[in-house]
Amino acid sequence: MRAKNYFVGAAFALLASGMAHSALAQDIKIGEINSYSLLPAFTEPYRKGWQLAVEEINAAGGINGKKLVVISKDDGGKPADAQTAANELVSSEGVAMLTGTFLSNIGLAVSDFANQKKVFFLAAEPLTDAITWSKGNKYTFRLRPSNYMQAAMLVEAASKLPAKRWATIAPNYEYGQSAVAVFKKLMSEKRPDIQWVDEQWPPQGKIDAGPVVQAVAAANPEAILNVTFGADLVKLVREGNTRGLFKGREVVSFLTGEPEYLDPLKDETPEGWIVTGYPWYSIKTPEHDAFLKAYQAKYNDYPRLGSIVGYQTIKSAAAILAKAGSTDPEKLIAAAEGLSMPSPFGEITFRKIDHQSTLGAYVGKTALKDGKGVMVDSSYKKGADYLPGDAEVEKLRPKD
Amino acid sequence: MAFYVVQFLTGLASAASLFLVASGLSIIFGVTRIVNFAHGAFYMIGAYIAFTLTERLSGAFGFWGAIVAAAFAVALIGIIVEMVLLRRIYHAPELFQLLATFGLTLMVEDLVVLIWGPDDLVGRRAPGFRGAIDFFGQNIPSYDLFLIVLGPVVLGILWLLFQRTRWGVLVRAATQDRDMVAALGVNQKWLFTSVFAVGVFLAALGGALQIPRDAVHHAMDLRIIVEVFVVVVIGGLGSIIGAFVAAVLVSELNAFGILIFPKISIILVFLVMAAVLIVRPWGLFGRPEAPARKTPGLTVNPWRPLTSNERLAALAALVVAATLPLFAGNYALTVGSEIAISVIFAVSLHFLMSVGGLASFGHAAYFGLGAYGVAFLAKMAGLPMIGCLLLGPLLGCMGAAVFGFFAVQLSGVYFAMLTLAFAQIVWSIAFQWVSVTGGDNGILSIWPEKWAASPSHFYWLALGVSALVTIALRAMVFSPFGYALRATRDSLLRSEAVGINAKRIQWTAFVIAGTTAGIGGALFAYLKGSVFPDNLGISLSVDALVMVLLGGVETVSGAVIGAIVYKALNIWLVSQTDLSKLVLGGFIVLIVVVFPKGIVGMLEMLAQRRRKTSPPGSPLLAKPIESAE
Repeated sequence: MRAKNYFVGAAFALLASGMAHSALAQDIKIGEINSYSLLPAFTEPYRKGWQLAVEEINAAGGINGKKLVVISKDDGGKPADAQTAANELVSSEGVAMLTGTFLSNIGLAVSDFANQKKVFFLAAEPLTDAITWSKGNKYTFRLRPSNYMQAAMLVEAASKLPAKRWATIAPNYEYGQSAVAVFKKLMSEKRPDIQWVDEQWPPQGKIDAGPVVQAVAAANPEAILNVTFGADLVKLVREGNTRGLFKGREVVSFLTGEPEYLDPLKDETPEGWIVTGYPWYSIKTPEHDAFLKAYQAKYNDYPRLGSIVGYQTIKSAAAILAKAGSTDPEKLIAAAEGLSMPSPFGEITFRKIDHQSTLGAYVGKTALKDGKGVMVDSSYKKGADYLPGDAEVEKLRPKD
Repeated sequence: MAFYVVQFLTGLASAASLFLVASGLSIIFGVTRIVNFAHGAFYMIGAYIAFTLTERLSGAFGFWGAIVAAAFAVALIGIIVEMVLLRRIYHAPELFQLLATFGLTLMVEDLVVLIWGPDDLVGRRAPGFRGAIDFFGQNIPSYDLFLIVLGPVVLGILWLLFQRTRWGVLVRAATQDRDMVAALGVNQKWLFTSVFAVGVFLAALGGALQIPRDAVHHAMDLRIIVEVFVVVVIGGLGSIIGAFVAAVLVSELNAFGILIFPKISIILVFLVMAAVLIVRPWGLFGRPEAPARKTPGLTVNPWRPLTSNERLAALAALVVAATLPLFAGNYALTVGSEIAISVIFAVSLHFLMSVGGLASFGHAAYFGLGAYGVAFLAKMAGLPMIGCLLLGPLLGCMGAAVFGFFAVQLSGVYFAMLTLAFAQIVWSIAFQWVSVTGGDNGILSIWPEKWAASPSHFYWLALGVSALVTIALRAMVFSPFGYALRATRDSLLRSEAVGINAKRIQWTAFVIAGTTAGIGGALFAYLKGSVFPDNLGISLSVDALVMVLLGGVETVSGAVIGAIVYKALNIWLVSQTDLSKLVLGGFIVLIVVVFPKGIVGMLEMLAQRRRKTSPPGSPLLAKPIESAE
């Protein structure tokens, strides 16, 4: 009965492990995992970003003379599949380190895998604070500014608003919950006079925007915190515009200034929202100009925030590998801790204390220009300025 | 007061869009008995095509023309799908069509990204319905009012169609008793095709009408499909009015529910469905299904235990599988463990589906409960691995005992949907109860102890358990209990007449299947070192269904092959190609057409034909095929 079955299984498994050995033995291999099929809107620009970085690194002679090869896998948005991919990359491809991931739970799953298997892991996108703090481990580093950092940047601007009655709208999962929790905590510290009058928790990807907008309006807040993004944001904004929810109210919104989420809104972009994001059209620094020029030359398209993250992930990985001069995980950790390097947003450092990079974000206001949403009055917020003090971080993070 | 009126109207507008899609699904199911998983995909294609057309065509006529044209275009696609694909498999075992439509859905999800790109698309607003109307200081979008009117209008048109035309009479007759309609000489082919086209048209229209308020993107289908199924079941399958009432009920409960419990939307529809089905087993407006006239095709190929030669072959296969660590690397061994766990999961569902005739759409709940059981025991109680593996599945057992008691009171699709509702309730508890389950960030660091930590040891463990489980379930099939269970499946009335307590037997089977799934989940927790709400989710339940159907639902152990083929192919494709869904979906559709009885079912049929034509002392070739059963 089982004769055929296990043969088939074994055959497939062997086939899988035998394939994709195109890289040469002396190359340096990095394993990359992301939710390509689930979140193409974010991960396609991300992929373009890291591919550009690989090209630049190899054109400049590789890593200490060795060619860099990135082997990329899709996790389909499932933590269990991400672990299968991580295992393949480590066990059968023999990669020097793991990078990537978008969703927080996948980031955590891979981070736990890395800790167990003693593999270096550079998390690219996941925003959860847990990955560097409450569930942090010595093998995991993270590039993108965390939930806490983005909240702190927004609170800085939001606390100056006169509004006292606040409502929140956030997707009902860990990211939304912790974004709201951190924002509320930091905000209430700065402004004890604030009241939280309503909160809405639509399921991620399934917002029934009409009733939600109506419910928030009924609480009559003076300001609104929004954490929804993607298709939910589109529905929320459309309903909100039609029903006049945003009229005369301040709105503070996570991530909305990122081209991935702002551009689809087109002429329906609400004006005057305070947002974090990436105004690639108005950044005038030599580092960013060089990146922008290279990106546009290669792809004939403008970069999204995902492009920056993908680009800088691989650039950071290369810098760490070059400094370590080895693929030994312990040496990689030693090299990465406290390492500073250039990025399109200026110099960043991977902190020794919690393995968080000091990559920052742009905070500005949304506006309409020629029927398109843009970020105006934006300024770069350095990540290092929005992290809690060392004593507090040490309390948050378990000892290695 | 004005606020509550507006909230009510907003709920009605949501109900209207839900109703359009749900009515189409209901009609299709009522007549063809197809559980059309691709309904959401048609909804999504409708939105995408409408987006393209509304961007090209201008003016009010252009916009509305584009919406209708998109719906017609998708209906045409539906006709092609029905004629080319579904027509071939109407005679296949129940639910097999689900597999075909699931394959289609996978393909469509990749195709729309290939055609329309990865970005979210935002279409234009409807000409003449851009703004809002002031109602005592509250704004009501005029497009909402349009939808509120449209819902009852479509309901009215459908009612006229069903009550006043010959076609409608036939459709109603087929919904009630399709064998009788066929016996009276109605051309079923034409009837099925037209019904499918109407249903798909409604789905696509529902999708196209979302353009002015939603973003068009590649995950729209999954967002709607489950909800629509739930609405159809609450209303009663095949009942259009039921679908309308259920859509209004669900939407209004949501609109007012979020005022009191802002987090309720995530679970509301499932709570409503569970409550309705427990009180009214056939939905609000549904009628009890007529008892099936024909015995399922099982009599053609009666089940029998393996002969001693086949037993030796199976043992040899197991021994060969056990030698994998001698020549395979760590990755292959880990994949092997994952496949072995899938086998456990698939055979547990197979036991319920094939032997008990109870198709569960929420089997992942018990798999996931087993995994969470291990996580709780390991992290909170600090039990050693053996203890966790032995006791963890008990959580799945308990879940199955509680939910199974209610579920076995129903049958057919209602049973399936109640199990789905229970699974979603368990999922949302795991998702929301952050302080205990860690929410969607899961529970981490549940790694195996030293004796099982190496990939080869863990592989042997998983392989051994999966072999034991398969043997135990097979033994049960041929035990008196198994015969009683098969009796309840084949004829409920007769089995009760001979004194079998059908509900108790089915409940016992449910608990056995749930516990077995829990064993798989317990191993899975250690394989992955972590547990997430995903382990209880719908997509895992669907995976299990696909594995069973792929292997062959009318076989004794087809699920073993189904699980191995599906899981191995899935892992391999995801690793090798960015278009894994397109390829996997295409493969499933192909299998459905080539092997309408599932892989093992088909092999068995071939073997039997061979046996009939060839002289006794069966030829060498037939042996491995037989042994595949």
